[in-house]
Amino acid sequence: MVAAQQKTGAFQVLVGKIDDVLQYAIGDPMRYLANWGRLYSLWPVHLETACCSVEVGAAAGSRFDIERFGALEAFGSLRACDLIIVMGTVTRKLAPRLKLIYDQMAEPKWVIAMGACSITGGLYFDSYNVLRGIDDIIPVDVYVPGCPPRAEALIQGLVLLQEKIRRMPTLSGR
Amino acid sequence: MSKASDPSASAVAPTQATAQTGPPKPATTSPPASPTPPKPEPIRAKGFASQIVARFPDVKVEWMKERRLKVSTTPSRIREVGLFARDTLGFDHISTVSGVDWIAKNQLEVEYFVGSSTPGQEDFILAVSEIVARDNPVVPTLIDVWRGADYHERETHEMFGINFQGHPNQSHILLPEDWNDLPPLRKDYVSPGR
Amino acid sequence: MTVESEYSPDADRIMSVSLGPQHPGAGHFRIRLWLDGDYVVRSEPDPGYVHRGEEKMGEYRNYIQNVPHLERPVILDSSNILFAYSLGVDELMNSKIPPRGQYLRVIMSEINRIISHMYFLAIQGYFMGHTTMITWCMGDRDFWIDLGERIGGARVTFAYTIPGGVRNDIPPYAIEKGLKTCDWFDKRMDEYEKIFFSNPMVHQRSDGIGVLSRADAIALGATGTVARASGLTFDVRKDEPYSSYEDFEFKTPVLTQGDSWARAYVALLDMREAVKIVRQALKKLPQGPVRLKLGPQPRVPAGEVYARTEAARGEMSYHIISDGSPRPYRLKIGVPSSKNLRVLPHLLKGVHVADIPVIYWGLNYWPVEFDR
Repeated sequence: MVAAQQKTGAFQVLVGKIDDVLQYAIGDPMRYLANWGRLYSLWPVHLETACCSVEVGAAAGSRFDIERFGALEAFGSLRACDLIIVMGTVTRKLAPRLKLIYDQMAEPKWVIAMGACSITGGLYFDSYNVLRGIDDIIPVDVYVPGCPPRAEALIQGLVLLQEKIRRMPTLSGR
Repeated sequence: MSKASDPSASAVAPTQATAQTGPPKPATTSPPASPTPPKPEPIRAKGFASQIVARFPDVKVEWMKERRLKVSTTPSRIREVGLFARDTLGFDHISTVSGVDWIAKNQLEVEYFVGSSTPGQEDFILAVSEIVARDNPVVPTLIDVWRGADYHERETHEMFGINFQGHPNQSHILLPEDWNDLPPLRKDYVSPGR
Repeated sequence: MTVESEYSPDADRIMSVSLGPQHPGAGHFRIRLWLDGDYVVRSEPDPGYVHRGEEKMGEYRNYIQNVPHLERPVILDSSNILFAYSLGVDELMNSKIPPRGQYLRVIMSEINRIISHMYFLAIQGYFMGHTTMITWCMGDRDFWIDLGERIGGARVTFAYTIPGGVRNDIPPYAIEKGLKTCDWFDKRMDEYEKIFFSNPMVHQRSDGIGVLSRADAIALGATGTVARASGLTFDVRKDEPYSSYEDFEFKTPVLTQGDSWARAYVALLDMREAVKIVRQALKKLPQGPVRLKLGPQPRVPAGEVYARTEAARGEMSYHIISDGSPRPYRLKIGVPSSKNLRVLPHLLKGVHVADIPVIYWGLNYWPVEFDR
């Protein structure tokens, strides 16, 4: 690498400048388009974890309507989903299954930790069967606190995730 | 009024009829405090208790309330007591099964709460309990007496470590499959967060 | 050798699948199925994915600290699971709840019954493919949640019914809103009957599916809407009236068909009766205090109690043993789902795979409640 940099001639400088121009002209708009498409069509996995699922149900209902932000519910396979909302307490029996589900999703994928129980264990911090936060096993993008968070809070978490996706620097997702 | 005296010397005291009537209420907007009505005599409970004791003299009556009765027996006799309660007294379905860890007395207790669908008796709950030693708790299963006891006995097994002999499937129902610690609801198991 | 063993002659036909914890038709729960083509040969429920150890946690907290975590198992119906707990602790402490507190407990309990049944009917419609039902029910449920929020403070976790009474008084604007909601909802339920329960598609998908006979319902210990759809008149509010339920006039709806349609229709009839109770209670609410001042760490005398109430799903019972200290010695929660789950393997024999969600959800089974 160092040896190549020492051979800076006029040709390399020209290639570097064409690369910058291409980045501006094609790379950035492509990335913007790809991110725009991703953030407005987030498909959550249907995994009901615990009691926060009633607020997700209410958020998907006609009053709060998370569907207008693009979060449709996917009924098909896991491989087509790109968002997993971990709603509530994750117990020691569910934890390996959660990791399996997360691994089966295709990249790019994002995780919203909803509710106090999935952030730190919440109200059940001293129980023998509860994981104290899911960020020990899967990487989390957005934390939505509350017990349970209001449906509007979940929608705000989704909007924050959408802003994060909009700023994503690479096409592949990481 | 006198409550029925229970012959067993159990540590559980029956509810007092002459206890306090609650803290004093504020005098401004409340209606005049009516005196606590006297608790009714547990006639039906006495009736059931006398029937059970007449049939099984070694069964102890622990306590009686107007709609509740608790009798206590040993694991060897509980099946006959259960069949008598189901066929003769009409208690035909399980409400729940609860286990208790009396660590101070080195005993475990299993209580079967049974209810009835006979009209006029639907509000009565009979508690049939058995006491086993804590070191080797083996009791017979009562699945063939009350079919609904299936999952309740599984749960009591995994929470307390009591072996229900004759139960077709004593696998874990609530705990993870790879639980290898003490049964959690025993008193010597301390929750990891505490 | 059972039919699902690997060595049976049918082993190449029987397929074992799991309607797993990640499935739109299952929720937080797994059913292991053995299938012969499209028919179920055997099924085995596999709960425990949400077991949070409530009973053990109850022993580490005192009687008032137990209130928030004890209402989470059945969060749809949170007032009813606290109702039985409060009745048990009140009986141990021999307290007499003021009449206004009793009426408010009844009001919150019936509001929560409606909230829970609306969720039940929504998902029942969803599992039958009737998406109008899920959007209508989820939307209309929010009016009742709003009413509960005005009384209790939070959206679903009200923590309103506590030992000694209720937490706070009802504001006057909530009484008017309650009466308006009751009147509007009566008309709405007529629309539900027309669009959902008289619908030929719904009839085709749920008539005669999962029939539970009366004798089986008694033997297996069914309770709540499941028992009442099979001809049993189990209703704790009528059998042993608690907390001034005897002041109200209401019926207990009972049907005899015992199939999935009857289990859903009983829920609608239950909601009609609940609206009647709420209206009566709001109109003749007595004056007075709403709770006894118990202090943050009440001392409960030693004793043993078994308290029962009628939750939305069935009979909720608590077995509380106290040894005189501020913390319970044993807190056993008997939930209606653990009484009704035993019915599921019995009903899922020889049915089509497409009928499984209809039968399973028709038992009004809530996995979080079973797992506690």
